[in-house]
Amino acid sequence: MTNKIIYSLTGIFFIFVFVIFYRGLSNSSLYTPTSNLKSVPEFSAITFYEKKVLYSKDIFQQNKFYLLNIWASWCLPCKDEHSILLDLSKNEEIEIIGFNYKDNFNNAQKFINDLGNPYSIILLDRDGTKAIEWGAFGVPETFLIYNNQIIRRFIGPLNTKLIIEIENYIK
Amino acid sequence: MRFLSFILSMLIVLTLNTSSAEEINLQNKITKNLRCLICQGQSVYDSDSEFAISLKLVVKNKIKEGLTEDQIYEFLTIKYGEWILYDPQFNKNTYFLWFLPLLIFLFGGAIIFKKLKK
Repeated sequence: MTNKIIYSLTGIFFIFVFVIFYRGLSNSSLYTPTSNLKSVPEFSAITFYEKKVLYSKDIFQQNKFYLLNIWASWCLPCKDEHSILLDLSKNEEIEIIGFNYKDNFNNAQKFINDLGNPYSIILLDRDGTKAIEWGAFGVPETFLIYNNQIIRRFIGPLNTKLIIEIENYIK
Repeated sequence: MRFLSFILSMLIVLTLNTSSAEEINLQNKITKNLRCLICQGQSVYDSDSEFAISLKLVVKNKIKEGLTEDQIYEFLTIKYGEWILYDPQFNKNTYFLWFLPLLIFLFGGAIIFKKLKK
């Protein structure tokens, strides 16, 4: 009697474990960390053209929406989202700030000259340390900022669906 | 002459390296406990991805600024969440994780104790 109970319990246990592991196979193995960063971090960066030092508190001052976009000329998805950013830059309510990540100056300049410049300011991040202040870990990455608060964070390239979401925020 | 130039260049190379051995040890210890978020499953210390290279630099700078190991972990958990640490901190989300081995140990002990008493 007790043997039977033990056998059936072991059987149930193995089926249970099998189901859990089997279902786990289809789960995404890529984990995106949840950042606790809520407001704009303090940092200073050099601007792309004028080579002037800018402080974070001087950039996001006005009472409007800001979109901080981390990009690089060597990043292919950045090319894809570039036309979308150009369209969005026509919107007066939002200011797009570029963050040139670990790039060669000449390549970056060529990228902007060829594809157009959606950014009102471009900041330089030569060694990638400033992107870490933002809790970013790759390119492209985009932050929607209002009132010095990070409202929304987009990992990966923007698409038209996400642009509609951004436009809904602005309204 | 050759020997002299060799000695001179060695001296220059050695003086360029301003990190002390202690700082390098601490940097290695910290980066070994950080998960590389791009190349998941590798530590920042082991990885040579762009993200890991930058993060090593940040850790080095923070050590130079005089931050302690715990302060650097705190700084990074604010930016990336606790997942970046390999060694999970003890809090309400991780009680189960920390106590489960102990519970299993006690349970096994109880079984053995019962058997022996028979």
